[in-house]
Order: sequence, then structure tokens, then C-alpha cells
Amino acid sequence: MVIGDDFDHAGEASRNIKTILKQINLPNDVIRKAALISYESEINIVSYARKGIIRLTILPDHILIEAVDEGQGIPDLELAMQPGWSTASQKVREMGFGAGMGLCNIKSFSDIFHISSEVDKGTHLKASIKLKGNTDD
Amino acid sequence: MYLREIKEILDAEVIVGQDRLDVDVTCAGVADLISDVLAYVTPGCLLITGLTNPQVVRTADVLDISAIILGRGKKFSSETVRLAEELNIPVLATDYILFEIVGRLYAKGIRGCIEKVGSK
Repeated sequence: MVIGDDFDHAGEASRNIKTILKQINLPNDVIRKAALISYESEINIVSYARKGIIRLTILPDHILIEAVDEGQGIPDLELAMQPGWSTASQKVREMGFGAGMGLCNIKSFSDIFHISSEVDKGTHLKASIKLKGNTDD
Repeated sequence: MYLREIKEILDAEVIVGQDRLDVDVTCAGVADLISDVLAYVTPGCLLITGLTNPQVVRTADVLDISAIILGRGKKFSSETVRLAEELNIPVLATDYILFEIVGRLYAKGIRGCIEKVGSK
């Protein structure tokens, strides 16, 4: 569970995901992408939503990371996906976030990326990483 | 180049990781925005920054960054130091501004983690 505005614990979900994926010996590149996707997702929830969850599903040929939140939602997904576009608060920016790269980063680290959102309800992000073709550095 | 040598070049103080000065690094990235760190800094690099909040340490952990170089005389809060200790990420602090840090390390052979956006 990731709680809105709780910046002190943002990053713990991605650390847990990293630990689990290391235990099952996935390639470093896959682990790195998964950690980045979940971390950016956590930061998004903490910055914009009331609360949310990060879910990791491990399948034989890919892993799926989902970030499901309850919050303000995103009115214009196309705009939100543009590099550099951000509605981050001053507080979020002061911490070094809000460069408008979060969703682009998540997309670039995913093999399959899907996002849906409803205003005043929340956002559901799905990112999957293929296990084949992602080899160690 | 070992962190020990980087410490000397930058006249830096070891904030975390006194026992890890034998870590070997070849590349570095500079950013003062975490989103940019996440986008452009690659594993094993040095992260040169002026950011002092705990998220910079979390980010370094997510990216498997070798060490954080904190520039322009900035200080980590006790909370940030504690997190770096917990996650075992070396932190060196120096009074040099980021431009000087980069110039001094480049002159000694450290290179950018990527040269240009889009390149490897």
C-alpha cells in the first residue's frame, strides 16, 4: 500500500520488488527495469493520489507491474505522456521530482505499457517486461 | 578509479561508506532532478548531485548507483544519512560546485554514463 503524500516511504515497494526478483535470479536488466517502473509509479501515487497499490505478478515469460490508485485521475493521458509535461506541486518539485518524465520513463522501460484513468476516481497503470530478450548487461 | 582516489581529487568528506572506498567506478552522471536521474543515469555510475532529501538515496538504490557525490557544500539530513547507511550506499561530500566536480573527474578519466540522450 502506498499512501498519498508519504514521501518518506516512497521507494519501499520497489525495494521489495527488487529483493523478490533477485531471489528468483532474474537477469539484472529485468530487475532494474522493474525497480524503475515501480519506483516511478510509487512516486506518482505519493505525489498525486490519495492511496494506491503496486502489484507484481511473475509469469513464465514476463513480469507484470501494476499501479492502481484512488485519486484525482489524469484528465488528458496524451498530454500526461509528453516528456516534460507536469502538474507537480511546488513541494514535489522541491524534492527533485516533477520533471514530467515519470510516465515516459515507465513506458520506455516497459515492453508492453497500458494506462487508463478516470477523473476523480483514479489511475490504473500496467507495465510488463519480457523475460526473453532482456539479458544481463 | 577507486572511491578513495575520488575522495582525494575532490577533497571530499566520507559521510557514509568509510569501509567501501575500494569501490571502482568508471562513469558518472549529474542531475538535480530525480526524474532525470532515473531517465539517464546508468547502473554502477557515480551520481553527482546537490539533492539532499532521502529520495536521492532511494533513487540511487533503485538504480544500483555506486556512490553519491554531494556537491556545493550541501549537507544530508540525519534521516538521509541513516537511509544511506541502511541501504549501504557510499556518500562523499565536497565543497566544490558540480561543474568543478565534473571537470576534475573528467580530467582524471571518468566519463559520462551516456554521452547524449538516446545513445548508449
